[in-house]
Amino acid sequence: MAETLAEVQKQEVHGHDHDHHDQGFVSKYIFSTDHKIIAMQYLFTGMLMGVIGGYMAYVFRMQLAFPGISVPGFGQVSPGEYNSLITNHGSIMIFWVAMPVLIAAFGNYLIPLMIGADDMVFPRINRLSFQVFFISSVVLLLSLFVEGGGFGGAWTSYPPLSASGDYNLTQLGASLWLIAVALEFVAFLLGGINFITTLMNSRAPGMKAYDIPMVCWMIVIASILFMLSVGPLLAGAVMLLFDQTLNTGFYDPARGGDPILWQHLFWFFGHPEVYVVLLPAIGITVDVMATFSRKKLFGYKLVLYTAVATGVLSFFVWAHHQFIAGIDPRMANVFTVTTLLISVPIAEMLFVMIATLYGGSITLTTPMLWALAFLAEFLIGGVTGIFLGASGADIYFHDTYFVLAHFHYTFFPIAIIGTFCAFTYWFPKMFGKMMNETLGKIHFWGTIIPFNFIFIPLFVLGMGGQHRRIYNFEHFPEIAGPEYFQLRQIATIALLIMLAFQVVFFFNVVMSWWKGEKAGKNPWKANTLEWTTESPPPHGNWPVEELPTVYRGPYEYGHPDREEDYWPQNLPG
Amino acid sequence: MAHARPIATTRSATGIPTPRLAVWWILASEVVIFGGLLGAYLMHRIGHPEWAEAASHTQTWIGAVNTFVLLTSSFTAVLAHQAAEKGKGKEAAKLLAFTILGALTFLVIKSYEWTIEIMAGYTITANTFWSFYYTAAGLHALHVIAGAIIMGFIAVDAYRGRELHRVEIIGIYWHFVDVVWIFLFPLLYIAK
Repeated sequence: MAETLAEVQKQEVHGHDHDHHDQGFVSKYIFSTDHKIIAMQYLFTGMLMGVIGGYMAYVFRMQLAFPGISVPGFGQVSPGEYNSLITNHGSIMIFWVAMPVLIAAFGNYLIPLMIGADDMVFPRINRLSFQVFFISSVVLLLSLFVEGGGFGGAWTSYPPLSASGDYNLTQLGASLWLIAVALEFVAFLLGGINFITTLMNSRAPGMKAYDIPMVCWMIVIASILFMLSVGPLLAGAVMLLFDQTLNTGFYDPARGGDPILWQHLFWFFGHPEVYVVLLPAIGITVDVMATFSRKKLFGYKLVLYTAVATGVLSFFVWAHHQFIAGIDPRMANVFTVTTLLISVPIAEMLFVMIATLYGGSITLTTPMLWALAFLAEFLIGGVTGIFLGASGADIYFHDTYFVLAHFHYTFFPIAIIGTFCAFTYWFPKMFGKMMNETLGKIHFWGTIIPFNFIFIPLFVLGMGGQHRRIYNFEHFPEIAGPEYFQLRQIATIALLIMLAFQVVFFFNVVMSWWKGEKAGKNPWKANTLEWTTESPPPHGNWPVEELPTVYRGPYEYGHPDREEDYWPQNLPG
Repeated sequence: MAHARPIATTRSATGIPTPRLAVWWILASEVVIFGGLLGAYLMHRIGHPEWAEAASHTQTWIGAVNTFVLLTSSFTAVLAHQAAEKGKGKEAAKLLAFTILGALTFLVIKSYEWTIEIMAGYTITANTFWSFYYTAAGLHALHVIAGAIIMGFIAVDAYRGRELHRVEIIGIYWHFVDVVWIFLFPLLYIAK
């Protein structure tokens, strides 16, 4: 039926190879259909967006701690710019950093390699996915420079503020922001279909459902969750765009619409979205923990079923974001119960991590440190979520810095700690070189310690009743006391220190890539299939005749019958 | 660069061919898009009994004719699939052409209908019922257009006897477009 790679490679041997070997830079790195190149494109675009998002955080934190100063590298921050900075910081960090890096970059890189396939099942759709994503990034960045400035109605984009240029004063910026977000969703739908079908159909011979490494399962479950939750918001985004541009009244109560409808559509997506990014991060950390404690993952099936249960439950918690939006208190009770329930499976996964570590021969490499930090920091994020899930407590905490600190304690471990964990663990595979451990550890401590100094003061501020999204606290004398300003300044200075330590990371990446020690095929002595090929893997991942066959699960560490403490999945017997 | 199909594409661990698996996942993502839109419409409709007045101006007969056109085009899509299964590429291409003709007829009738509505002053901003009417039917029409274009490519390939398995895939998608209309027709036209 189809030309397979095998046939093509045979043709190459017979002298048609000049087409392939003369590939220019553009077709090899820009318009490639190879999953590894696409993964790198997602990774570097995501990291670049992360730097932009971090810069935005730096500017508005400076404004908060030292109101009215001219921020070095930006200048004086106007109220409109402040709103635009916080809005786009949130949007970028979730849609243009967490998703492209955790799901798209690592999903693209790891899924075919870990299941022993030569590529994704639809390589051209994969390329299209990145192209749409890239356009969405450009549209978003452009929206910051149009007349009136970037959109400033928060990443949640509630109408009526977002629905009319008369209210938000950023007519064009708001529409471009919305288009960028919708394009990003389309990119991830295209990518998600690829991930799901690849995992379902293209596994190596012998790889059964329970032999799949957990990180692949998690990325695919996340893709399914995304796919099933984003649809209503896409429809809602079209409606909002019509409200903005054609002057319809979907969200205008005066004309038969309803602004709360947007909140429902947004959070019906927005809450599963938390699990869309959380599950891949959990998958990464459990894989890393199993490798570096040289122990079998505790309760493989338990983790898998729990992830599915979390996914199902995540569709029934969305209204906990709307407790003070005027919803029926009886409904609020129901959503309190479901919200508290969903902490059970997540807590269980953290216990599974601890059980995996228990009694293991732990090596504290840089990726392992990141994995342990994920466990410790996400725990704080999860526990503070309980306060907010209870509708009674939420009435007080709603829209305060407590909420902000809570979700940064969840998203930072997910998007930043999870990414660094995966990046440092798979760097040897991706680039063929080992990273410098000393620099890695300096970067680790230089990130984790300031992180806590940023957000613990914000918990205190939130409990003091300080609201989010306020441009200048000096305008509110009752919360502008010196003790509050000190806390804000501690947070800002900690942020500056954390940002400064990221230089160590970039230096480490460049130096290791350039002069690092050669990694070899399997530097961590891990079991999964990606470690059985060259580092970095060639086009097609394995020579065609060496595509692996799978004989066992991915976590056979420390087996009593074997001399070596690991047992790769592809070894017969 | 030549687009060689990777070995991954030819594997089938589930026993279901990968393209068919993919189209079902695409449909799952589409179901929630239309589900969200129609769910929002239904909640509003229940809350606004006065929309019945606006709904009474929709052209039920035109909608009914279009339902018939779309169902017929789905029938030819099924026949095309049968022909493709027997390896009769040319016949499958002919039947797909009939389906495309059905799609075009649907769109012509829709344009005529919308012209009548807009001339009578029922534009997308007339009230929120009409906003939903144009948004839902418009999103559906976009799917009809996209389906017809893709079907055109598949018909050309099928005529040359290539990629006959794709006839089934576009058929599945086309039935979905049909089913969405089966929901839209009563909700927008019949419920007065």
